[in-house]
Amino acid sequence: MEKQQSGFAGFVKRNWLVILTGLIVGAAAVVLTALGNPKNMGFCIACFERDIAGSLKFHSAEVVQYFRPEIVGLVLGAMIMSMIRKEWKPQGGSSPITRFVLGMLVMIGALVFLGCPLRMVIRIGGGDVNALIGLLGFIAGIVIGTFPLRFGFTLNRAYKQNKAEGLVFPILLAVLFVLSLLPELFSRSEQGPGSQHAPWIAALLIAIVVGALCQRSRLCMAGGVRDVVLFKDFHLIYGFLAIIVAVLVGNLITHNFKFGLADQPIAHTDGIFNFLGMALVGWGSVLLGGCPLRQLILAGEGNSDSAVTVFGFIAGAAVSHNFGLASSAKGIGAGPVLWVLIAGFVILAALSVFNTKRRV
Amino acid sequence: MIDARGLSCPMPVLAVQREVKKNQPDTIEVLVDNMTAVGNITRFAASQRYSVKVEEADGEYRMTLSK
Repeated sequence: MEKQQSGFAGFVKRNWLVILTGLIVGAAAVVLTALGNPKNMGFCIACFERDIAGSLKFHSAEVVQYFRPEIVGLVLGAMIMSMIRKEWKPQGGSSPITRFVLGMLVMIGALVFLGCPLRMVIRIGGGDVNALIGLLGFIAGIVIGTFPLRFGFTLNRAYKQNKAEGLVFPILLAVLFVLSLLPELFSRSEQGPGSQHAPWIAALLIAIVVGALCQRSRLCMAGGVRDVVLFKDFHLIYGFLAIIVAVLVGNLITHNFKFGLADQPIAHTDGIFNFLGMALVGWGSVLLGGCPLRQLILAGEGNSDSAVTVFGFIAGAAVSHNFGLASSAKGIGAGPVLWVLIAGFVILAALSVFNTKRRV
Repeated sequence: MIDARGLSCPMPVLAVQREVKKNQPDTIEVLVDNMTAVGNITRFAASQRYSVKVEEADGEYRMTLSK
């Protein structure tokens, strides 16, 4: 029988792993930035999947094309750790098309803001006030998303699948990664954020460690806020805060901390769109059951629904850049950004309503 | 018995929360199939002053919450 320990010892016992993971994720972001990754990015799931979409020529934005080893490492790290822990489990079949569309919308929102929830936290640690506005939008989106959850929203059960189903995604990623090391096969940015990257071996190894830790600790940005709203459970939020602390300290040491709104690295100052973009991400992530980072980890654990979601992210990134929806440091995209965001909210509302039953 | 197998996060713990709010039972049995759900339900149960017993069999976890 487990009883809750009270006091500081109980707090440490319950939360040390997620706090340690947060600190290491934050430190990894700072180290990867020092090794060449774009500033205040280090480890952005949305940006890096967008770069992968570019490297595979799904979009032609020349400044954001690079097959990021971090994404591969996160998935492999989670896979290895879950196999060691006997938690690797091929599973799928829980509304895959809905998840694909949710993935696309989350990515479109993230690229309006310029970052996934993880990069939002990293940007906050770098002193970027725009990211605080994004955080408000993220929280608003999550609060909206918890209403359908309370009323019985479900994407239905996932079922056990064959081992092959759970292995397709990690193996595909690993093969593509090896191919990406060949010269001239995939696109590679010569300037812009896509050209800024840490050496691939460092990126891969650091990401494997982070992926393994995230698998163990279940770190999730959307889950952190959601659990506070739904259960007054602060467990995952401690990981969230630990990332900010580690990034803040790291940035102060490496002289990369800059507080303010203007001239932040790879960010724009359009507050309304920062808010709306992250609101779309928050709401979509709650319906998906986890943020983009968490989807990668689950995909590594053999969850093919999460793998489909990651393909949704990549498709969303291609749509964002092909139709002028993605922002840049200059501001929001030239495409019909507001209309697409409105459409995104309408789709989320429809999916929230039509997937809600009164009980589980 | 709440069967929360195959449900993604946070549906298993939400189902438990719903049961606690509705019936405030002395014991609740929950069947889940991943350690994330076990962790979430354990934390929620502790916050509601339930003790938790977990039995694992064939990749599934039978949780017994009792006051």
